[in-house]
Amino acid sequence: MRKYTPKDNVQAKAYYTDRFWVAPRVPREEVEAATHFAKVVAALGSLAKETYIEIGQLVIHINAGENFQVLKTLKEQCGYTQCSEQSAVDYLAKDGEFELFYQLLNIHEAKRVRVVCRIKKDEAIESIVPLFKSANFAEREMFDMFGIKVNNHPFLKRIIMPDDWEGHPLLKTYPLQGDEFASWYEVDKIFGKEYRDIIGPENRDPARIDRYDTKRFSRIGYEVPFGADISKGETKQPIEYSETFMTNYNKSSKQLDERK
Amino acid sequence: MAQHQVNYASSAGLPIALTSVDKLVNWGRSNSLWPLTYGLACCAIEMMATGAGRYDFDRMGTIFRASPRQADVMILAGTLSKKHSEFARRLYDQMTEPKWVISMGSCANTGGMFNTYATVQGVDRIIPVDIYLPGCAPRPETLQYALMMLQKKIRRESADMKKNKKQNLRLV
Repeated sequence: MRKYTPKDNVQAKAYYTDRFWVAPRVPREEVEAATHFAKVVAALGSLAKETYIEIGQLVIHINAGENFQVLKTLKEQCGYTQCSEQSAVDYLAKDGEFELFYQLLNIHEAKRVRVVCRIKKDEAIESIVPLFKSANFAEREMFDMFGIKVNNHPFLKRIIMPDDWEGHPLLKTYPLQGDEFASWYEVDKIFGKEYRDIIGPENRDPARIDRYDTKRFSRIGYEVPFGADISKGETKQPIEYSETFMTNYNKSSKQLDERK
Repeated sequence: MAQHQVNYASSAGLPIALTSVDKLVNWGRSNSLWPLTYGLACCAIEMMATGAGRYDFDRMGTIFRASPRQADVMILAGTLSKKHSEFARRLYDQMTEPKWVISMGSCANTGGMFNTYATVQGVDRIIPVDIYLPGCAPRPETLQYALMMLQKKIRRESADMKKNKKQNLRLV
C-alpha cells in the first residue's frame, strides 16, 4: 500500500527527511530573581500561566480570554509601550488550535516580551487596539490570513487579499499555488466564468514550451505570421540583417584588385 | 519614409514625396509611442532609468504619460498580483486604439518566481501582449530594444486597425 499522507496539511514538504533528526530547540531559562523580568512576572501574578526566558526575551503564556488585561498590565505597570508585532501560528493539524503572539517592547529598559496564548479554531480574541494603535493593521492581517475573528476591532476587514477572496492563505490547509477559486480569480472577475474555457488553466510548469505556439512566442531566426499553423513544418525565411550598419566584407575583394 | 527619391529641381520644382497611407500613418504611430507609466515592481526601476537622462527614451519619441487616455503602449513592468489584475485590465480598456502592450520581465511574462496563489501567471491571461521582454529585471537597453521591435512590428501593420490580426481573443 502507498504510504498515507495527511490531507490536512497540503503545504510543500521536504523531499527527504532524516528519521533520526531532532529539531534543535532554543534553550529555555528560568526567570532569575531580582531582575527586570522578575518584576514583570510578579506584576502579572496569576495571569501568567507559564513564564521562561528565550534568548534574553521573556515569554509569557496566558489564557486567551485575559489578553487585554495582561497587555494593559504590561503597558501601564511595566512600561511596555510598544506592540511591535502581533500575529498567529497555525497548529490546527497538530493541536486543533491557533497560537497567537504579541511582541512588546519596553523602550526605556530595552527589553522585549512575547505574550503567547492559544485559541480554538472558531473562537474569537479580544482586540487590543484601545491599548496599542499599531495592533490595528496586525489584527486585520491576522483576520485576513488565518480567519481569526477579533472582537471590538474598529474596522475588521481584509487588508492584503481582495475583499471578495475566499479562504485564508496562511492556513496550512491552503495550497501554496492556490485552490480552485484562487486559480480562476482574475478570469472570473474580469471576464466572467464562461471565459474559463477560452483562456484555459494557469501554466504552473516553468519549463513548459509549446513548440507549435505561434500566438505567444515568435520563432528564433526567422519569422512566422501570428497564429500560423506550423505543426506540419515551418517555411524557412532568410534572416534579415540591418542593411544600414552591416558591411558586406566579401565585396572588398574588388577594391583589392583595383589597388593591385 | 519616402519610397521614391524626388529631385526637386527636376520634377517641376514641386515639393512632392510619394508614399502610401500605411507607411505615413505607421511612421507617425511608431515614432511617437507614448507609454503609460505602469510600474508594478522592481522592473519599474529599470523602466524609470530608461526614461531618465542616461538612456533617454525621449529621443525615440517615447514620452511617459500618466494617463491611459493619452497612452499608446502599456509597459507592464513587474509582478501583477491577482488583486490588481482587475485594475490593470481597466487601464488597458481605457487606452484608446491603436494600443500595444509590452510585458516587461519574467513576472509579467509568466509569473516568474512567484509560483503562488496571489500572482497572475502571465499578464497575457488578461491582456493581449505584443512584446514579451525576458529578464529579471531587464536592463534599460533591453527595454529600448523591445520598443524598437515594437516599432518594427507597427511598421509592418496596416493603417486600418480592422485589417490587423490582433490578439484580441479575450474581449473586444
